[in-house]
Amino acid sequence: MTRNPDRPLSPHLTIWKWGPGMLVSILHRVTGGALAVAGLGIFTWWLWAIAAGADEYQSFVECILWEVAGIPLILLVLVGLTWAFWQHMLSGIRHLVMDSGAGFELRINKLFAVLTIAGSLFLTALTWALLMGVWS
Amino acid sequence: MSAGESSTPLGQVRGHGSAQHGGEHWMRERLTSAALLLLGLWFVLSLLLLPRMDRLTLIEWLQAPSGAVPMALLIVIGFIHSVDGLKTVVDDYVHDEGSRLLFHGVLTFVGIGAGSVALFSLARIAFGAAA
Repeated sequence: MTRNPDRPLSPHLTIWKWGPGMLVSILHRVTGGALAVAGLGIFTWWLWAIAAGADEYQSFVECILWEVAGIPLILLVLVGLTWAFWQHMLSGIRHLVMDSGAGFELRINKLFAVLTIAGSLFLTALTWALLMGVWS
Repeated sequence: MSAGESSTPLGQVRGHGSAQHGGEHWMRERLTSAALLLLGLWFVLSLLLLPRMDRLTLIEWLQAPSGAVPMALLIVIGFIHSVDGLKTVVDDYVHDEGSRLLFHGVLTFVGIGAGSVALFSLARIAFGAAA
């Protein structure tokens, strides 16, 4: 579609007043992009390594645990993707509710938005606490 | 009323009715999201319930139908949902129609390509990768 450059564009991230609703909205898009690119990338690499053989899987694990100055960077990315997974799932549920026409009252909407953030942080901590139990 | 060459783009499409599948992409995003809600929870809970995370345990998990079938669904639906989502982002930020179609094409190619690698890897595991 051709755009008439004389027409104004809708306000963007730099113009909106920040609030829980718009924060969760943009987080939904950012986390979705991260999951689609980095998440599915590592997921596919993981499946390929399991299928390829013991040596390849060992290299995969070593890459995941790769440290720069004592900091396991890829592992931190995995923690970030875990948070993205939960945030996208919770804000996705919020979007499905809103698709039905519900949850637009200002207070309820704001509360749902805040709850998705609190929930995703809690579930990320819980997931990794349990994962450490599986690994050790 | 005839839609001659002097008519506007809006005038040319008026009166022809809906193409009937305008909401298809929108609805597919919602349906796949509902499926991924279940499959995503299954994936995380399955990993957490594994006794250990070594390769042989993972192979055992993915060789059983209860592991292989949901994993196949997670791969297929996960890639469809991801490509749909990324295309929506492209639609919002790429205003040139040629570039937009190019991005859509690239996303479709990369999505189906990477999804096939994931699916083939799962098949190799499920049908007996060398342990």
